[in-house]
Amino acid sequence: MSGPTLAVVGAAETTQMGVITDTSELQLHADAAFNALADAGLTIKDIDGFATAGERPTDVAHYLGLEPRWVDGTSVGGCSFMIHVRHAAAAIAAGLCTTVLITHAESGKSRVGKARQAFTSALSGQFERPFGVTGPPTMFGLPVLRHMHDTGLTHEQMANVAVVQREWAGMNPRATFRDPITVEDVLGSRMIAYPFHLLECCLVTDGGGALIVTSADRAKDFPTAPVYVLGHGEGVETPMVSQMENFSSSKAFRIAGGDAFASAEITTADVDHLMVYDAFAHLPLYGLEDLGFCGRGEAGDFVWERNTAPGGSLPMNTNGGGLSYMHSGMYGMYAMQESIRQMRGTAPAQIAGAEVSVSLGVGGMFGAAGCVVFSNVAP
Amino acid sequence: MTPTVDRTKRPLPRPTPETQHFWEGTRSGLLLIQRCNACHDSYFPPRPFCPACSGHDVAVEEVSGRGTLYSYLINHTGHPGIASPYSIAVVQLDEGVRMMSNIINCDQTPEALVIDMPVEVVFEVFSDEITLPFFQPVSDGNAS
Repeated sequence: MSGPTLAVVGAAETTQMGVITDTSELQLHADAAFNALADAGLTIKDIDGFATAGERPTDVAHYLGLEPRWVDGTSVGGCSFMIHVRHAAAAIAAGLCTTVLITHAESGKSRVGKARQAFTSALSGQFERPFGVTGPPTMFGLPVLRHMHDTGLTHEQMANVAVVQREWAGMNPRATFRDPITVEDVLGSRMIAYPFHLLECCLVTDGGGALIVTSADRAKDFPTAPVYVLGHGEGVETPMVSQMENFSSSKAFRIAGGDAFASAEITTADVDHLMVYDAFAHLPLYGLEDLGFCGRGEAGDFVWERNTAPGGSLPMNTNGGGLSYMHSGMYGMYAMQESIRQMRGTAPAQIAGAEVSVSLGVGGMFGAAGCVVFSNVAP
Repeated sequence: MTPTVDRTKRPLPRPTPETQHFWEGTRSGLLLIQRCNACHDSYFPPRPFCPACSGHDVAVEEVSGRGTLYSYLINHTGHPGIASPYSIAVVQLDEGVRMMSNIINCDQTPEALVIDMPVEVVFEVFSDEITLPFFQPVSDGNAS
């Protein structure tokens, strides 16, 4: 990469997670931000750049008492925070700011002081909503029956994604759901939107997280071991899931992932740990294929053969994921928090010796994607 | 308990100047799709230029209304304006474009909703202004 490399010097989630009825969404932002500042040994006065999504950056910056000289309110769904990291890298390299705070928080379950979000574009309002789409469960999964038809992916293989992630969640004391489940349990759970059963859909919880990033040459001045950002990418396709170019592949995943791997100068063989935003159980399968870990239609077998499970060659979604850990609405922040824990060596289900972690997020159904490559080894 | 379905609770499109022709078409029982006169691609949803080549020389054409069931979900979580469970489908028209719709006059089950089955448009009036294009299995049994 050109310019100074970025490093994560502060990272934290909200103090509580799950169901938080006594805290507003704005205050969840503040809780995550102050936890990340404490992690970095910084105060709010040290922050000169700020990014958030869901809430407007002006609302959160004012609430925190921030005086940023650079703001980014890119809000394209749950991957927005990966994209903020990429934009912060560019801003810091350009000298626009030095130390950027990125916050996510959502009162997704309790809806205390919840910001209004509208993912519905004018065109999807005219050409999708009249046919009964009501939110992610009736939109996100729309391509998967086509994918199954074309590639042979089975219902059992998709259900198994949730089973394997529950294994990881069982190792994480903060995970919402920790009890083991079977493929039969998943396929026997309540039908939400065929072919998706309840256990193939993410949780709805309250919580948040925050990151502090700065240039890598400053990173050794901070109390925690630096986590370097080796590369990043972002991409967009369409907010209308019916208009995806290819129902077996996300263009935004391919663009964001391709640019992230190229800028980090890595291949799939270099990746020790992977996070793929799992709002629904098909997404990790699309991510594995679109990042090139598997050929088209091979990800169902790849997960079935336990490659992404504890002890496997490519540990994936090791916090339990949106399916079992937590999902407040824009999960990308939690994927990166787990990548950073793995790179710091502090994850509940720590992967021994892991040096490169990739976080891939989606946003607004398959509308957008962001990808960040992290490492604990200085580039 | 089956919740009451109020047909007026279905959210209806609010046409814009660029999409007005499409909704005027459905009101007249016509499915109107745009095609680029430069690259000859059909495209959807409507806009006054071709998303493939940016060409502004585009035509509005009536299409056959025949296509195939490309992909779908069956929503079991309910909707105030639609009887559940109901299919949310993507239909691939014979002219190449895909559009979201509902498959009606058909059991809302995986057994009845077969990927790639031929379907044809059927129009249903919802207001003076809005008629929605739904699709149903092709009744004569001929593949489109």
